[in-house]
Amino acid sequence: MRKGTTTMKVTRRDALKVAGAVAAGAALPAAAQAQLQSFVPGQMEAAIRKVLGEAAINKGRVKLDVPPLVENGNVVPMTVSVDSPMTKDNFVKAIHVFNEKNPQPNVISVRLGPRAGKAEIATRIRLATTQKLTAIAEMSDGSCWSDTQDVVVTLAACLEDLP
Amino acid sequence: MSRALINVPKSARRGQVIEIKTLISHVMESGFRHGTNGKDIPRDIITSFSCRYNGEEVFAAQLFPAIAANPFITFHTVATESGTLAFQWIGDNGFEVTEEAKIVVE
Repeated sequence: MRKGTTTMKVTRRDALKVAGAVAAGAALPAAAQAQLQSFVPGQMEAAIRKVLGEAAINKGRVKLDVPPLVENGNVVPMTVSVDSPMTKDNFVKAIHVFNEKNPQPNVISVRLGPRAGKAEIATRIRLATTQKLTAIAEMSDGSCWSDTQDVVVTLAACLEDLP
Repeated sequence: MSRALINVPKSARRGQVIEIKTLISHVMESGFRHGTNGKDIPRDIITSFSCRYNGEEVFAAQLFPAIAANPFITFHTVATESGTLAFQWIGDNGFEVTEEAKIVVE
């Protein structure tokens, strides 16, 4: 009797494993899978270089604020703030945000000046999948500073078909 | 016509840093989705946003499909003098909306 139960358990566990694997595979529609495969590993780096040229990018001074775990990738609140006095001689010229795995690597590029008073922007973005986000600030003296954050996305944006 | 909401303080002290919040209704269709017929839905997004304070540009943004629908943008500026803040959104398919807000600086 006991032996029988054990056998049952193993079988059930195996069955569940198989069921789980099937469900995971079916969760993404074909189009979504095709799009995820279109991800190019170096696309974020290439996009950054296209915007900033060969400028050296230092870590620090920028704070990229995004929730570490996002339920809905369609609306992700994001705040970027840069440590800068924002005076006439020392201000943030531009802030760029890039993503790693969306179909397009750019998120937003803003131009600021000394009249901004405070180098802080906030918006809502879309994320196609779990990935890295990088914010880069271009200072008036030409230096670039960056911050990178990892975001886990449970429900992806951009991929769903229309009902 | 798209509806835009703008939140600017009515009055401020001279030299005070004020926060400006803007929200505009727009689908921001990314161009990466497919319709029921399997065809791509063409891109329809707002591509640029700018804010002018008495004619001088204080903030400008270039938007990409990764911006969520109904773009919400928050930024700051220094209240220098009383006057008008003019906001402009420009997008695909000839989309253009302008809005104004008045501010009194003491």
